[in-house]
Amino acid sequence: MLQLEARPEASKLWVFASPVLALALTVLLGVAIFMALGKDPVRGLQMFFWEPIKSAYALGELMVKATPLLLIALGLGICYRSNVWNIGAEGQFVMGAVAAGGVALLADKETGRWIVLAIVLAGILGGMLWAGGVALLRDRFNANEILVSLMLVYVADMVLSYLVYGPWKDPAGYNFPQSKTFESVTQIPRLMSGSRLSVGLLIALAGVGLMWVFLFRTRAGFAQQVGGLAPAAARYAGFSSRKALWVALMVSGGAAGLAGALEVAGPIGQLTPYVPAGYGFAAIIVAYVGRLHPVGMVFSAVLMSMFYIGGELAQSRLGLPKSITGVFQGLLLFSLLACDTLVAYRLRWLRGRA
Amino acid sequence: MVARESMMETYALLIAATLNAGTVLALAALGLLINEKAGIVNLGAEGLMLCAAIAGFAAVVHTGNDLLGFAAGMGAGAVLAAVFGLLVIWLGTNQYATGLALSLFGAGFSAFVGIGYVQEKLPPRVPFEVPFLADIPWIGPALFRQHPLVYGAVALAMGLIWFLYRTRTGLVLRSVGESPESAHALGYNVRRIRFAAVVAGGALCGLAGAYVSVIYTPLWVEGMVAGKGWIALALTTFATWRPARVLLGAYLFGGVTMLQFHLQGTGVDVPSQLLTALPYMATIVVLALISRNPAWIRVNMPASLGKPFQPGS
Repeated sequence: MLQLEARPEASKLWVFASPVLALALTVLLGVAIFMALGKDPVRGLQMFFWEPIKSAYALGELMVKATPLLLIALGLGICYRSNVWNIGAEGQFVMGAVAAGGVALLADKETGRWIVLAIVLAGILGGMLWAGGVALLRDRFNANEILVSLMLVYVADMVLSYLVYGPWKDPAGYNFPQSKTFESVTQIPRLMSGSRLSVGLLIALAGVGLMWVFLFRTRAGFAQQVGGLAPAAARYAGFSSRKALWVALMVSGGAAGLAGALEVAGPIGQLTPYVPAGYGFAAIIVAYVGRLHPVGMVFSAVLMSMFYIGGELAQSRLGLPKSITGVFQGLLLFSLLACDTLVAYRLRWLRGRA
Repeated sequence: MVARESMMETYALLIAATLNAGTVLALAALGLLINEKAGIVNLGAEGLMLCAAIAGFAAVVHTGNDLLGFAAGMGAGAVLAAVFGLLVIWLGTNQYATGLALSLFGAGFSAFVGIGYVQEKLPPRVPFEVPFLADIPWIGPALFRQHPLVYGAVALAMGLIWFLYRTRTGLVLRSVGESPESAHALGYNVRRIRFAAVVAGGALCGLAGAYVSVIYTPLWVEGMVAGKGWIALALTTFATWRPARVLLGAYLFGGVTMLQFHLQGTGVDVPSQLLTALPYMATIVVLALISRNPAWIRVNMPASLGKPFQPGS
């Protein structure tokens, strides 16, 4: 029978091979799902892995969706590396979008381009405020951050809903629950004409560099992670776990809020109840599949963006529900966790019973 | 006098609705309690309940039989919990991450499968009444016109108290959660016991999920469990892992949910979104109040909660 045998040390090969194997498993399961539904699996896979990269425009759209995923995942990476279980990035994203939208609504015809900076800052602060609530309750009241951050997602959704159904509703919007369209001066600068790609992508890539330096080249970044790996050692070394908690939540809240600001003042251009698109939850998968490593997350963010675009195409062209994206996302994380066993264990074939 | 009588009637209905809403939370939280007593946290409760809700709803649509709906929900819950258990217990994956994967997968999968059931309707729901007791003025409408599972949840809580604290198997289950090393040294198969607890807990969460879509709000809408799985997870902490307190907490939160509808009905000028957010905010507040004293939590929490155990390592 097959048996797991602990490796003397973690396998470096499988740290990288496991996400690839997990993706292969997910694709296989995907083929099975397409076949079970009577759809051509080749065409199905085309929607996910070929259509999103086949033209310059499609690649641009791929990056548009990858940007918020990468930004949020970078923050979550710091959280999970320091053993802080923030799973409410979705709520922090929404509050960032709300704060940014609030500033964007103040703009009028005379407003200068400086407003973009104010919008981005408001987004960061909005996300930080929401994550700060989690940090405060954990720090002062010992309340479980998993549950608090998740509950705050529902509350954030309600804040957004209250605003777009109530005080911020566009009076000329035929009673639709949405704010008025932001003035064009609030638009996040685009990288080129003809594509929705914005400077957000550059910010996210800069974030990759910043996180790499912080995690692997600074003392503060080291102290931040020791608490996650070995709490006792961190205490002995005098690294403050409270500080690690606040840093993790402020960074991830700020990053998620920034992503929210870039979305509402970018591709969306107004506040609607459809601002929350699940990026905050998908980013959890991005962070894990990217091995909590800033460079790895670039790849996994692009992959997850493919899942989003593929789901939309599967809906419009194959008549499949868009929620197939969520199925694949979940399957990918499941497969990854299972494959990660191979990092610490090897499979041995034993004759007879062990 | 008339106004007063109708007020009393409203209260009776409010109590009845509270028990109904609390039952969903009680079933799920008691299931999670079994998991946690064995040392396993299943953050997948929400996704698991969603899959069970669509499984139960679909079964009733096709067969017209509520019992089959409950069975389908429990089956779906047990199967998903078994997958979770295999990963967490035998492959030693991180419990939080794996549970999260289950929640994300369950939300997507239920929406995907359920798309064809959005317009479906269930056969007319039959009201249940306890003979004689249902006719007692005020008390009858408040307590005795409930679905049998409402009493089932109470019985389950009492059964669980007996099982956990009065039987040998219950003692073994608790010892696995407190100290898997000692239980292993005594010759118990820790992983199998944990697996059984995970599957049993999953089946109960599944029953709760099916109750949502078959009895509580008899229809299917994407994401209809609306955080009840997460609130149930919080409930085990509120209750400091005691079955009776789980039940009490469940009714308390059922009451908060119902208060929202009651206030909306009486036309109090509060934004409906604030009322909808009420149960989530209440969860945060109560969680903070209960957890304020870390020592109190540490004493009551199963000591190995969330920690993997591999024999011989």
